[in-house]
Amino acid sequence: MASRSLYSEFTKGIWKENPVIILLLGMCPALAVSNSAVNGLAMGLASTFVVVSASSIVSIIRRLVPAQVRIPTYIVIIAGFVTLADLFLKAYFPAVAKSLGPYVPLIVVNCMIMGRAEFFASKHTLLPAIVDAFGTGIGFTWVLVVVGVVREILGSGSIFNVMLMSEDVFTPWVVMILPAGAFISLGLMIGIINYFKNLKAERAK
Amino acid sequence: MSDDNKDKENLEAKEGGEAKAAPKPTPPVKKQEMVIDGLIVSSSPHLLNEESVPKVMHNVIVALFPVCAVSIYVYGLRALILLFVCLFTSLVTEYLCRRFMKKPVTLYDGSAAITGILLALTLPPAFPLLGAVLGSVFAIAVGKQIFGGLGLNIFNPALLGRAFLMATYPVLTTTWSDPIEWSGLFTMPSLEVVTGATPLALMKFEGITSELFPMFMGSVSGSLGETSAVAILIGGLFLRYKGYINWKLPLGFLGTIFIFGGLFYLVDPSKYPSPLFQVLSGGAMLGAWFMITDMVTSPVTARGQWIFAIGAGVITVIIRLFGGLPEGVMYSILFMNAFVPLLNRYTRPKVFGEGMSEVQESGR
Repeated sequence: MASRSLYSEFTKGIWKENPVIILLLGMCPALAVSNSAVNGLAMGLASTFVVVSASSIVSIIRRLVPAQVRIPTYIVIIAGFVTLADLFLKAYFPAVAKSLGPYVPLIVVNCMIMGRAEFFASKHTLLPAIVDAFGTGIGFTWVLVVVGVVREILGSGSIFNVMLMSEDVFTPWVVMILPAGAFISLGLMIGIINYFKNLKAERAK
Repeated sequence: MSDDNKDKENLEAKEGGEAKAAPKPTPPVKKQEMVIDGLIVSSSPHLLNEESVPKVMHNVIVALFPVCAVSIYVYGLRALILLFVCLFTSLVTEYLCRRFMKKPVTLYDGSAAITGILLALTLPPAFPLLGAVLGSVFAIAVGKQIFGGLGLNIFNPALLGRAFLMATYPVLTTTWSDPIEWSGLFTMPSLEVVTGATPLALMKFEGITSELFPMFMGSVSGSLGETSAVAILIGGLFLRYKGYINWKLPLGFLGTIFIFGGLFYLVDPSKYPSPLFQVLSGGAMLGAWFMITDMVTSPVTARGQWIFAIGAGVITVIIRLFGGLPEGVMYSILFMNAFVPLLNRYTRPKVFGEGMSEVQESGR
């Protein structure tokens, strides 16, 4: 593992082991709050903060935690940072916090964060753990922003709350900001990415 | 061919489709026949049928002609354009999807054309054409081809397209228009439409009951294909005559709506509509003859078909009388479609003697 460079630990979370589109982890927030670009960005950044902080603490105390109680320990650590992020959003961005609703506290049970703690941070030193968590957080964020942008353009006719087209020109597709739109757009996105990955693999042969 | 034989064959065909890894059935070999003493001796099957998928589909399209004709007569040029747009988009989407997936192009089996026509028939006459294009693309691409094409889709593609449009344009899909006024035989009807309410919407939101005879003939407002019960009946009986649809499905569905809706009418005739109104209004007729009888998305066993049809009928009545929407045929059929694999599994006919060993053992 030591031979693997920090750079590759960072980039793998963005594309090759992207939590949402490849590992299909953290689907709950990815589907629930990606109804607008701002929501996606806020959720992505909050999750990135939590995953980086939690992974670094888990990495530091990895020799102190008995294996039998490691999962509850991780949960407590993650919950602490989620509370921080939740209170921060409520204090400084009350509008965003309100539209995210219960999904900020629900970051506690986001399996992407638990996955990084369990599979990586508990087995590595501080620096790789931070780099790995940061890359994963960025990977999570960009997918949420892309899905959020697509759903916001089609569902509300705006992007980052800026109206693009008036209602007379384009009737918004209400379905895209409903839960069904999340499944449709994320499913099609993963399908298209897999299609091009397969195409590339075939050409490489 | 008896119904039981058909059941078994359908079951086998479906099982083959579900298990993707299973080897494809070998193409039918030319049967070897011997003639002994003037008698033809050959291996089974002995009953041969000339039917094929394209032939069935083309006959279904023929059965849809009366419905289309009435919709064009009632709603004018607008209905014709909508039908054409849906048909054309469905065919193009089907072609592109098959090319994209590198599978044999199944444009000529007619199934995409049926989906397009049926989708158009479920839309209100004044529906924007861009929306119709979107619905057709969704119906074919997501409703059918993503699952692998004809025979593998779990939901009725036309209804799925309609449900998508319902969620996408909730206002436009429920804006109905009145039938056009024909001032003479050769006058060109204008594209302008007058907004009106369907009998079901009048019933639900204003408590007005419509006359039954116009609903039977088709001169009321509604979706393109759901106004005229008599045109649907002609097409449906043609399909029944051809043997493509099973009488259990329309009968079970309409019968349930009649009886279950009639129960409420008996309890309080002033509050609930009469059972005949229930059967003739909205999409009940179109759903019963053309949607619920879809060969791909209905159960293959007799018991499963009864459960499927009765379940859809009960849900339709419940949505109509107690739900927020005036019409529930679409959601009830889609809902029951989801149960089809389960129904097929649990209503499988028993092989003769199956389960006897346990009986014997317990008797000992």
